[in-house]
Formats: sequence, structure tokens, C-alpha cells
Amino acid sequence: MEARRDIFQAIADPTRRAIIVLIALQAMTPNAIAEHFDTSRQAVSRHLQILTECELVNQNQQGREIYYQLEVNKMKEIDNWIDQFRKIWETRFNQLDEVLLTIKNKKK
Amino acid sequence: MSSSLLFDFTVNKENNTVNIKREFYADLELVWEAWTNPEILDQWWAPKPYQSKTKYMDFKVGGRRFYAMVSPEGVEMGWHIQDYTSINPKTNFKFLSVFADKDENPDLPGSNWDLNFSELNGTATVYISIYNESRERMEKMIEMGFKEGFTLGLQQLDELLLTLKK
Repeated sequence: MEARRDIFQAIADPTRRAIIVLIALQAMTPNAIAEHFDTSRQAVSRHLQILTECELVNQNQQGREIYYQLEVNKMKEIDNWIDQFRKIWETRFNQLDEVLLTIKNKKK
Repeated sequence: MSSSLLFDFTVNKENNTVNIKREFYADLELVWEAWTNPEILDQWWAPKPYQSKTKYMDFKVGGRRFYAMVSPEGVEMGWHIQDYTSINPKTNFKFLSVFADKDENPDLPGSNWDLNFSELNGTATVYISIYNESRERMEKMIEMGFKEGFTLGLQQLDELLLTLKK
């Protein structure tokens, strides 16, 4: 029986999450991705295959190399990702609170 | 202390706008300075453990801030351009924010930022509206946030990779 593929399955595995993080920054070849892991290239290929079936990554042929890149549209299906954006601002503002406090204390 | 300060964050998909509102326990003058002086900006703009590094900043209409995010290992990434389009001291400023590469080549589209500053009884309020003229722009920005959100998690990634290597 063919397993159901969805985005949540894609991110359920820690190795796949790590792969997503890697290619979120830039498209990468399977070999380049595999260099970040001590698991076999076959295992990495398998993860990439699942991510592809979940439509979370797509392949982009450039010359002889195949680059895997993140399918951001798919990622957006998870509205929770917006929380990441919110979290940045929260962190930013908390840091600004500290900076303001430091400056105020210096002035006293 | 920050828990009692107002913090609103809303994403409006209908008009492609992100609205952010935040109070600060400081007077308007200081808060304005913190947002417009690159030396202070770099102290808080990047989520730790990352560091904001302003290459140059010319805070005037038609001027530009070009900055990078620097990883804990000292690697520069996530370059941004901010082009100032309007400045009313201690009240408001606007800029167009665009992703860039290390050589300052813009990766359009960008988003329009509108920042308003006010003060009441020693507490300053900053109201930020980030507008995108199209859904695509909006989504691009969320993608940016997504990337930066992941940047926050990169330290955990390092640990994760270490675990996987064992």
C-alpha cells in the first residue's frame, strides 16, 4: 500500500527537517546534502525522494547536476510557519528592550 | 518586564500587509535613535546568536542601509538593502526592503515598510506596517521570515547534525 504523502510527513523526520533547513538557504545537489550527514547517500536519496513526493522540494537540472530546492509555496501551507516570522520580531524586540535599558542606565 | 509591554502582530492576507505594534519603556528620542543609528541597530536587529552587520547606512531620503546577518562562526549571509523613501524625524520613516547578494545586487521584489513612532507618559510605541503590492510579494516576505526563522534554529541544526553523525 502506498503511504500517504503530505507536508507533515515530510517534516516528521529529524533528518528531513535538517535537509529542509539546508536547502532553505540555497539549492543543493544530493552529494552536497549528503556531505552534511554520516548516513549513507542512499538514505539521503530516500529522504529526498519522500520530500519530492510530498512536493516540498523540486528538482532543478543545471548541466549534469540536479539541484534540490525548497518548494516555498508548499511550505506556506503550514500557517504555523508565520509564527517563525513573529518569533523573530519577538526576539528582536526583547533584545531592543535590553539595549534601551543599557543606554538608559549609562545616562544616569 | 517585556511581558507587560504591548505587542501586536498580525498578518493580513487580504491586503498583503503585516502589521506590528510594540511599546518600549523608553522615551521617543531614545527609541528613534535605536532604530536609526546603525551602531545601536546592529546590537538588536539580528536574532541571537546571529549578529547584524551594517556595511553602510546613509539615513536620509534617497539614502540606503546595506547590511548582513553574521553567523556565530563569523560567516556573512542574508544581505539586505533598505532604501529610505521618507523621513520625518521622531515621527515616521519609510523604506523599501529588498533581499540582496553580498555584492549588493537586489533580488526583487521587495516590500514597503512604514514605521511610526509616538510616545505617551514615557512609553514609546512603534507601529510598523509592511506592505506588499501583490500576493507574490507578500509571500516572498513570509519566505524571508521563514528563512530567518530557520536561521534562529540553525544552532539547533548544528547540534542535530552532531547527533546524527554519532
